[in-house]
Amino acid sequence: MKQRFLNDTNLLLVFSAAILLMPIWLSPLGAAYPDLLQKFAIYGIFAIGFNILFGLTGYLSFGHAAFLGVGSYAAVWSFKLFTMNVVPAVFFGVIFAGLLAFLIGYISLRRSGIYFSILTLAFAQMSYNLAYSVLTPITNGETGLQLTINDPRWIDSMYITVEEGLPSTNLFGLKMSGYPGFYFCAILLIVCFFISLRIFRSPFGLMLRGIKSNQNRMNYTGLNTKPYMLSAFVISGMFAGLAGSLLAVTDPLAGAERMQWTASGEVVLMTILGGVGTLIGPMLGAGLIKYFENIFSSFNKNLLHEVFSFLPDGVEDVVVQVVSLFVGGGWHLTLGLLFMIVVIFLPGGIVEGFQKFGGVFGYGKNKNSDSSPQNQAAE
Amino acid sequence: MDSILIQILNGLDKGAAYALIALGLTLVFGTLGIVNFAHGAIFMLGAFCAVTFRKLLTLSVKVKDESVTMFAAYKDEPYLKIWFGDTGEAIIDYAVPLSILIAIPFMVLVGYAMERGLIRHFYKRAHADQILVTFGLAIVVQELIKASFGANPIPQAAPDIVAGSANVGLWFGLGESLVYPWWRLIYLCFSGVMIFAVFSFLQFTTYGMVVRAGMRDRETVGLLGINIQRRFTIVFAIAAVVAGTAGVMYTPILPPDYHMGMDFLVLSFVVVVVGGMGSLGGAVTAGFLLGIVQSFASMNEVKSIIPGIDQIIIYLVAVVILLTLPRGLMGRAGVMDD
Repeated sequence: MKQRFLNDTNLLLVFSAAILLMPIWLSPLGAAYPDLLQKFAIYGIFAIGFNILFGLTGYLSFGHAAFLGVGSYAAVWSFKLFTMNVVPAVFFGVIFAGLLAFLIGYISLRRSGIYFSILTLAFAQMSYNLAYSVLTPITNGETGLQLTINDPRWIDSMYITVEEGLPSTNLFGLKMSGYPGFYFCAILLIVCFFISLRIFRSPFGLMLRGIKSNQNRMNYTGLNTKPYMLSAFVISGMFAGLAGSLLAVTDPLAGAERMQWTASGEVVLMTILGGVGTLIGPMLGAGLIKYFENIFSSFNKNLLHEVFSFLPDGVEDVVVQVVSLFVGGGWHLTLGLLFMIVVIFLPGGIVEGFQKFGGVFGYGKNKNSDSSPQNQAAE
Repeated sequence: MDSILIQILNGLDKGAAYALIALGLTLVFGTLGIVNFAHGAIFMLGAFCAVTFRKLLTLSVKVKDESVTMFAAYKDEPYLKIWFGDTGEAIIDYAVPLSILIAIPFMVLVGYAMERGLIRHFYKRAHADQILVTFGLAIVVQELIKASFGANPIPQAAPDIVAGSANVGLWFGLGESLVYPWWRLIYLCFSGVMIFAVFSFLQFTTYGMVVRAGMRDRETVGLLGINIQRRFTIVFAIAAVVAGTAGVMYTPILPPDYHMGMDFLVLSFVVVVVGGMGSLGGAVTAGFLLGIVQSFASMNEVKSIIPGIDQIIIYLVAVVILLTLPRGLMGRAGVMDD
């Protein structure tokens, strides 16, 4: 059999190249500015992590935003208390998210199917509500947790002379804003992608797929599936925590709204849109949604009038009226429609779309044939 | 004592909203096997029926007021008032209850269109797919409403005659300090009537009997030559009517905005699962139960003992119930078992 071009090593190389060169190849699309690129990388990590749980085991968690939020809070506290260096912040973000994931997972994984979804949703909503109300000393409630001049920053204050104004996050002196921030996130994204690739190919990943297709049978063979599920849940929670801490790294504030269930819904959308259970899908979905969010929501009526100025006046006004429903503040409408279309016509997401498209031109077999739509839920 | 009774009333009130949405959700799940995340959007559409109806009724024309000589000489006069005088004004006053009349046919239409147009294609798909597509639909509906009505809540007044508070305490000889807004009482009675109507429809009519049979064993009912699919579609429309009218009646209590559906949906879903998937009685019981529990948790006395309990109590109860009772309060065996 002929060796496929896209074996794992090449896939990783292509992926890394694509990510690192994003500032170049995305500039014709108007997306090559650091803020957006950072978001691509961060939400890519979030979605890749979510996919390890949902894609491999079929357990649909509606509470992943809680881990994202905890990651952010932990990172900001690390900035406030210890140092503006990002390494400890990321470390704490991942650890705390992992701990919370362990706690929530340990309880929620006693059930499966929709009950699991509701349990995770309940825990995430509890965290969100608590962050808004009782935990205000830790989370600063509605205002959100921010850096202030008077933060102790014990480690920094020992080594670094105090400068005027708010210090910015740095990696051993390299400021984490703009492109350096993006490359920091991008490298972590590539690491995460590599981990996810290894998990997909490992016996552990195979075990998780076994759970997805028939958990009962796995249990009958005398295997205790719980530890496997729990590790998958914790790993995916840690990915979310990493994403959360990176959000804080690129913009050092944390708010409770990151933990709301709509944020959990968003990552589900990204994963589904890209393709559940595929390696590259979640990243695609995350990029696409964030791209649309930024590009579509920046359109306004004047811009539309320019775009459609070639039409006759009467027609132009009507067209602009209609189109303006879908852009600017109404870009969620586009998102909802896009989402429905994908679920209805392309249950396997964009990746499946590519494969079908490739199939038309006679390119080989489906690479990720496990993403069949029928057995997505763990029931 | 009074404060406890007030809390019970508050709880019943809140619970009634949860129960009505959850009833529709579980009805749809029991018949069609669909997890409908767009049900909250239907509730919201109902509320906006009331908003639209009032807007239609108060279509105005600028009329010059002869008695005023200064600036504000022109004022808006609704056509209804010009045409019918006091009767017209009374109709405007009763806009909220009257809008039920247009909400019912509209909701039947919406329910029917939704079921035939979208839901029908998702019977055989995984629950995750159903959740996702209806979630997408909910976003679309929500955004359309936002585009046409704006993002701010639009307050709706109850009819003047029931604007004040009822002296509930006096009715039961409990002293004068126990008062409660009239409209909330009316809403409570309305919910009771709706729940009773749905249950009697299913329990005491032949049509309902067939539907119940279909919920138990769809295939056999189909083999008997009954078009069970058609009936289920109608049940979907009924569920939409229940949620929609609940939305209409809720407008004076909570000014409707475009995301009210989602806010209620998450809680209603918790309610359905706590009550037991596919169990109508369970949904209603759990709705009232969680409503009451929540309103007790938001009493100051309770909050001072356990701070923040009011924020999480519903979810806490849900977690405990799901972990101790695998099928929720009243779930039937064989429905969504793990």
